[in-house]
Amino acid sequence: MKRQDTPYGITALFESPDQIIHAAEEVVRKGFTRFDVNTPYPVHGMDGAMKLKPSRVGFFALAFGLLGAISSVGFMTWVTLVDYPLVIGGKPCWSWPAFVPVAFEITVLLASVLSVLSMIVVYFKFPNVSHPLHDTDYMKRVSSDRFGICIQADDPHFDEAQVRQLLKGVGGEEIRPVFFEEEEPAGAPKLFDPRFLGVLLLTAVATAGITYFSFNVVLYWEPFSWMSEQARLNAQEPSSLFPNGVGMRPPVKGTVARGFVPYAFAGRPEDAGKYLRNPLLPTEDVVQRGRKRYLTFCSPCHGNFGQGNSRLQGQFPNPPTLHSDKVRDWPDGNVYHVITEGQNVMPGYGSQISREDRWAIIHYIRVLQRAHNAKESDLK
Amino acid sequence: MSAPELTTIQPLKKELPGAVRRLAWMFLGLGALVMMLAYGMDAQRSAYNNIILFLFLASIGGGSIFLVAIEYIGGAVWSVPIRRVTEFLGGITPVVPVVAVPLLLNLHDVFHWTHPEAVQADPVLAGKSPYLNVSFFVFRFLAIFALWSLFYLFFFRNSTRQDLSRNQRLTTRNIRLAAIFLPVFAVTLTLTAVDWAMSLEPHWYSTIFGVYYFSGTVLAAVAATTYVVVKFQEKGFLPNLARDHLYSLGALLFAFVNFWAYIAFSQFLLIWYANLPEETYWFMARWQGGWEYFSVLLIVVHFAVPYFALLAQDAKMNPRRLKLMALWILAAHMLDLYWLVMPNYSETFVFGWMEIGYPFLAAGMIMILLSYMLRRYNVVPVGDPKLQRGLEFRL
Repeated sequence: MKRQDTPYGITALFESPDQIIHAAEEVVRKGFTRFDVNTPYPVHGMDGAMKLKPSRVGFFALAFGLLGAISSVGFMTWVTLVDYPLVIGGKPCWSWPAFVPVAFEITVLLASVLSVLSMIVVYFKFPNVSHPLHDTDYMKRVSSDRFGICIQADDPHFDEAQVRQLLKGVGGEEIRPVFFEEEEPAGAPKLFDPRFLGVLLLTAVATAGITYFSFNVVLYWEPFSWMSEQARLNAQEPSSLFPNGVGMRPPVKGTVARGFVPYAFAGRPEDAGKYLRNPLLPTEDVVQRGRKRYLTFCSPCHGNFGQGNSRLQGQFPNPPTLHSDKVRDWPDGNVYHVITEGQNVMPGYGSQISREDRWAIIHYIRVLQRAHNAKESDLK
Repeated sequence: MSAPELTTIQPLKKELPGAVRRLAWMFLGLGALVMMLAYGMDAQRSAYNNIILFLFLASIGGGSIFLVAIEYIGGAVWSVPIRRVTEFLGGITPVVPVVAVPLLLNLHDVFHWTHPEAVQADPVLAGKSPYLNVSFFVFRFLAIFALWSLFYLFFFRNSTRQDLSRNQRLTTRNIRLAAIFLPVFAVTLTLTAVDWAMSLEPHWYSTIFGVYYFSGTVLAAVAATTYVVVKFQEKGFLPNLARDHLYSLGALLFAFVNFWAYIAFSQFLLIWYANLPEETYWFMARWQGGWEYFSVLLIVVHFAVPYFALLAQDAKMNPRRLKLMALWILAAHMLDLYWLVMPNYSETFVFGWMEIGYPFLAAGMIMILLSYMLRRYNVVPVGDPKLQRGLEFRL
């Protein structure tokens, strides 16, 4: 319901963009400041004709953009330097090039979204959505094919008869007053209206609820279950399918792992020394491989050069040197047996070092022994 | 607000002022003198400079044809009154191969992969040799410029013919031509960039390199067009353009300044992130021996200064600002090419009389080209069916 007493303003319609620009210029010349123009599309040159000051939304955008840039760079700096310093890819913790895309995106996002929001709140007085021009014939026309101007009654120069005459003079048609709504006088911002805040809270709760529900429940419905639910048994899981209730099955009796050859001389070091021969030739590759394995598995006790002088000395029964006459005179098979089965406190390494690697280690041990007891001819 | 009627822009062929023409010939003479002296004294350094000159002119020529093609295929209206300026600038394309002749005679000085013994000793170069060999290289160079020149001549002939015949079908023909040209241009420009700039360091590769050169190319073409348009308008050669036309040019400049920075940073970011030695050393070469200051300078000159100078709405409409920034960006593109090419010549920063002298040759060539074109052809496409709408263009 419109009130029919004091009007909000006087409106007039025009047919072309040139006319409306001319009308705006005339209205400005008469000294009116409180008026607005409504057009179905942006008419360029209108801001000049209306003598509008440059928009201040740009400053909002600048402020929010800076906020985005500073807060994102600051956050990433805090994360990478203070909260959780982590070396990634050998780069310094504070690797600014990686921040650039993120900072750029946040800057653009905040600058655009927040300046639109603040424009809606500051200029359009959201959440006050009522305006006297809404729901009038005038608004219907200027939303389709006419260009309109509305001079407000609160302008200091406003005088109804004069305004009508002015608008008629510049070619305006359908010059009519527009009245305020009966119940909602425009103007007062309603940002802190309890109803608005209530709706805001409801929206927040609903959004949070839906998000939680989507990510924690809906995502696990068929068919979005990401294949996490499958008709199979994981390791260590029980199963009612088998009489003993254990999901994991032992291999069939007599099963041999691929590539597995049983050690024939278990507990018989003499026979190992007698019958086993090193299948590898002491080429450079083999010795290098043996060196690597030796340094990994043997050196912690026997020392880097087989002298039994590792850092474990004194903390543990001293490991023997590999340069003793006994070990030097041992055939390769004996050494192989000791590596495989262990001896005294030395555990067997058969399950950790592959057969070939064991033989390669033996070649490397021979190299160490030769280096420690070099012959005269080696020095030439 | 009303645009000038077609009848008011009938005076067609113009002549550059005598002083400008004399200056053009002086530039050309100076540049040619520098080039000859340079080849006589230090052929290798001269050849590197020659590559910069060649790529710069190829940027202006190829970029201008690209702009014309884009305008046709996009059905652009605003640019019709100034399209002929871009078409004039594209006329440098058939001349560019001449600049490359001394280079072709000195390929061994600049391209490591032209040495057969080096290629044989190097499995990477040997693997690339089906592409990187002298005969295929020269063939590509000739084919690319033959293609560009051919397309340019077709575009230009259709456009100038329309001045008299006012036949609308010529526009349609150019639109079709543009549809064929654009994919061809995408491939050939990439090849040009790879051949003449990337293969200076034949072990290095960057898949974005063609796009990087493209961003500079279009930027240089837009800058050259902007400068000439503003200058012509001051001289009264062009009909009165509205601020909206200038704004569009300024916005294009601004957009491509950002595009260049975006592409340049993308290239850097990916290589920095992956941190592979076979990729990073190209940037390392530009981050030591004095080149690091030059690299920072390039960011400031090519991005920061034009960005802030063109950021404001008013700046994009201000003819003096546009003129300054157009020249600035052309110089920045020269620096960009210098940054691409010269670290291959010297590990430490070098700058001397050769580097100052060579750009004069480019300036002289373009000015003489404009003077010749102005005398022979209409500076406005008077027969274009969209001209009136183009003059009336408002944002």
